[in-house]
Amino acid sequence: MSFFDVVFYLFATITVMAGMGVVVARNPVHAALFLVLAFCSAAGIWMLLEAEFLAITLVLVYVGAVMVLFLFVVMMLDINLVKLREGFWRWFPFGALLAGLMVFEMIWVLGSREIADVSSAVVHAADYSNTKELGRLIYTDYVYPFEIAAVILLVAMVAAIALTLRRRPGVKTQNIAEQVKAKKADRLRIVSMPSEPKV
Amino acid sequence: MMEWLLPIQNLLGTAWLPVWTAVKIMVIVGPLMGAVAYLTLAERKVIGWMQIRIGPNRVGPFGLLQPLADGVKLLMKEIIIPSGSNKFLFVIAPVMALMPALAAWAVVPFNAELVLADVNAGLLYILAMTSLGVYGVIIAGWASNSKYAFLGALRSAAQIVSYEIAMGFALVTVLMAAQSLNLGEIVRGQQGSYGMLNWYIIPLFPMFLIYLISGVAETNRAPFDVAEGESEIVAGFHVEYSGMAFALFFLGEYANMILVAFLTSIMFMGGWLSPVPFLPDSIVWMFAKVAFVLFLFLWFRATFPRYRYDQLMRLGWKVFIPITIIWVVVVGGWMQTPYWLW
Repeated sequence: MSFFDVVFYLFATITVMAGMGVVVARNPVHAALFLVLAFCSAAGIWMLLEAEFLAITLVLVYVGAVMVLFLFVVMMLDINLVKLREGFWRWFPFGALLAGLMVFEMIWVLGSREIADVSSAVVHAADYSNTKELGRLIYTDYVYPFEIAAVILLVAMVAAIALTLRRRPGVKTQNIAEQVKAKKADRLRIVSMPSEPKV
Repeated sequence: MMEWLLPIQNLLGTAWLPVWTAVKIMVIVGPLMGAVAYLTLAERKVIGWMQIRIGPNRVGPFGLLQPLADGVKLLMKEIIIPSGSNKFLFVIAPVMALMPALAAWAVVPFNAELVLADVNAGLLYILAMTSLGVYGVIIAGWASNSKYAFLGALRSAAQIVSYEIAMGFALVTVLMAAQSLNLGEIVRGQQGSYGMLNWYIIPLFPMFLIYLISGVAETNRAPFDVAEGESEIVAGFHVEYSGMAFALFFLGEYANMILVAFLTSIMFMGGWLSPVPFLPDSIVWMFAKVAFVLFLFLWFRATFPRYRYDQLMRLGWKVFIPITIIWVVVVGGWMQTPYWLW
């Protein structure tokens, strides 16, 4: 077994263990932290495949931003663990069925010969820049799908903000521009008065 | 490769590379820890002088042994673990705060040759590592099981996520100008026959300011230190920490400050390049620029009152992010014209 294989199996084991941890952990904060670990080790596997842009972006976007907000929300929840586990056995057959289906699909897709042939990794020279190649492809061959995806995301974001935006009447807020524009003369009146004689 | 090392290399065989890399890591981290220790002294001295005080001057000549005394004191103190805390996460949180602050140094070039890992996606790696620093703060705040610590953690999370966007966009303009994500290439892109005028600080000046201010916010330094906010929430996320556990947070914060100073000088101020054409490029310039940026950090702390939380959010989202997006478009257009001289 080469060093490459050792590293791959190490990362793969950690990813699978962390994935199990997400499901098994009782405390939702622990589950979220296990998910962070799973993302980090998945990034390690992608790094092994010389996809350094995707690997670092996974850490940057999912670990650095998405999971921070996840933790932010999960920490503020007041979760009753007993209530959470109540329906476990009732839903277990359904969950097991879904899990079995996904395992079957993955074996079917990843085990097929065509995929296995494609995935035999091409080793690139040291000066090969994955980021540059990816950028070139996205902005030439796939520019329309990429731009359309970007616009869809923008629309989704605007929609999400519009849904949560509510104007409550009678709320006192500051008008920062007005505050910045305020001059001394607006607030302060300097009165010139003669000093009074000593009594 | 240095000649005198060859016998050792032959002796170790395949173990040579990990050993040599470990030595290089030591050579970076050791002086960094020393710099962190003396940055604390510099901070107290500089702020002292700015406020017409003397600052520490009892331990050693000019107080030069003060950081050692502080270190010994922190080592001797008991680490108290609150009984209501989540013990594992409570202990691991300071490590999570320090780890990314050190890991980011792997790709920082000190001069044209001195760099641990000369990777192509260096800038992305730096962004990823600095975005991980927030976990130490969040986990510390949650694991302490204390209201003040938790409020500090929430503030810090919101602040870092907000300022990271402006920071990222500011760096996008740099990589547009340099056309590379490699930090060494970014410095070489600022090389030219006009010294200072070739640096990216000239065309990207607004981005320089935004990067610097976001860097201050990202490291939770005054005037953006709402995560600590001692007048409001005692000490924020590290209120329950004592001894070395507290010291690790401290080390992480100062290591991050030095990192931001290095990055500012690499991205905008030409790294190791000389500011005037008739002097040679050298690592000395790098350290001089870093010292200048660090002085700005201390100056800010001595000068500005703390931002109010809502104003901080307004500055990040409503001022910085629009400016950076506009400047990305401006630089993109500018680069298509013959007036782009960098």
